[in-house]
Amino acid sequence: MGLAKRIIPCLDCDNGRVVKGVKFLDIRDAGDPVEVSKRYCDQGADEITFLDITASAHDRSTTLHTVEAIASQVFIPLTVGGGIRKLQDIRNMLNAGADKVSINTTAVLNPEFVREASERFGSQCIVVAIDAKCVSKTGEPQRWEIFTHGGRNPTGLEAIAWARKMVDYGAGEVLLTSMDRDGTKSGFDLHLNRAISEAVAVPVIASGGVGSLQDLVDGITLGKADAVLAASIFHFGQFTIPEAKAYMRQHGIEMR
Amino acid sequence: MTHVAVIDYGMGNLHSVAKALEHVGKLAGTAVKVSVTSDPDTLRAADRLVFPGVGAMRDCMAEIRHLCIDEILREQVREKPVLAICVGMQALMQRSEENGGVGCIGLFAGEVRRFADHALDAQGAVLKVPHMGWNRVKQTREHRMWAGIPDNDYFYFVHSYYVAPAAPNEIAGETEYPLPFCAAMAHRNVFAVQFHPEKSQRNGLALLRNFLGWQGQV
Repeated sequence: MGLAKRIIPCLDCDNGRVVKGVKFLDIRDAGDPVEVSKRYCDQGADEITFLDITASAHDRSTTLHTVEAIASQVFIPLTVGGGIRKLQDIRNMLNAGADKVSINTTAVLNPEFVREASERFGSQCIVVAIDAKCVSKTGEPQRWEIFTHGGRNPTGLEAIAWARKMVDYGAGEVLLTSMDRDGTKSGFDLHLNRAISEAVAVPVIASGGVGSLQDLVDGITLGKADAVLAASIFHFGQFTIPEAKAYMRQHGIEMR
Repeated sequence: MTHVAVIDYGMGNLHSVAKALEHVGKLAGTAVKVSVTSDPDTLRAADRLVFPGVGAMRDCMAEIRHLCIDEILREQVREKPVLAICVGMQALMQRSEENGGVGCIGLFAGEVRRFADHALDAQGAVLKVPHMGWNRVKQTREHRMWAGIPDNDYFYFVHSYYVAPAAPNEIAGETEYPLPFCAAMAHRNVFAVQFHPEKSQRNGLALLRNFLGWQGQV
């Protein structure tokens, strides 16, 4: 008995619509983030993560309205990421009803921003998103580096030291995505996840690569994650959240 | 018609708790007016008060004192039901260990302590701080606020500090992390919770619905 592990469906949204495709069996207009969030909440999702991938900054107000609409109808924690560059962006998201914001590129460009944000708003609402890629060759000890812009831009930052630094600066949670696995459906990078989870004292959310329910179990038991994030296995109706929870429970994982 | 005032002292997100109260009012067919305010007259006129809180205790207490929320609470707990949430609950104690020690409102005897770093769970894994996520709440005494909520069921927590009330009979619910701590406390018109009912889906909404019907003084 204790803290349950969490399942977090992730909605990538562009200009107010869920992208990457969402396909439930019984709803047609699957692209509305409010409807999708409500559906996941009713199914027993433990949190919702909303990633704004809107390319242009001028449509950020759409995102605020969407966050407000989700937060008025979904009574589980909501994390919002994408385009968080200034303290005012965080203030706006929290006022719109987000519980946490996820900071990625801005943390790399200006690590002090994470310190300022956590001092101002509290560590509990500052998630640092880390996109890591394995850079070691076969046979060498494994080494991961931080990449930005969807894995295109290397930063030279070593992932474990970076995660530790972000937690020292006040991150209350780490959202860890393996850029090697993202979209591959071949499972989380368990070595990476375990290395980061054991290096920091805050919860780690495993992301990138889920293709089966066993991947979710492995992320928790082998990857030592506190929560697992997935998009396509839920969006495409491959599995429902109750199915995922039942499977994880059968494998001895405490679920709500 | 019940008028709930959510006390706004500039700390954290009050949107969620206000929306959740409106939502449960609608579901229960109760007309609910929700004000998010620090205005003393509105707080005095309301039927019920919600005292939320997010962030560091020193900043919270500075704002609470600046706006005289402590005075108003001391006076209003004699008049009407009050629901304190998270740091709001912690602020009701005498003092907190946070920020090197902060004096709090002192409506409840006892203090606010930090979870030990590097504590181990039953499997020997290090427990992370903050305590973040869904955990079970054991209802240690009967209360109108628990009506219809299964015992030992899940609520959403996010905190690094917890309250240790001096009077054990004020504890209304306990959660283990790894040792039992006070997840809910109650005395007369006050019910205080460490978890976030506004983020605890079904169980949290049930607790808020109960609050709209609770007349206080148990």
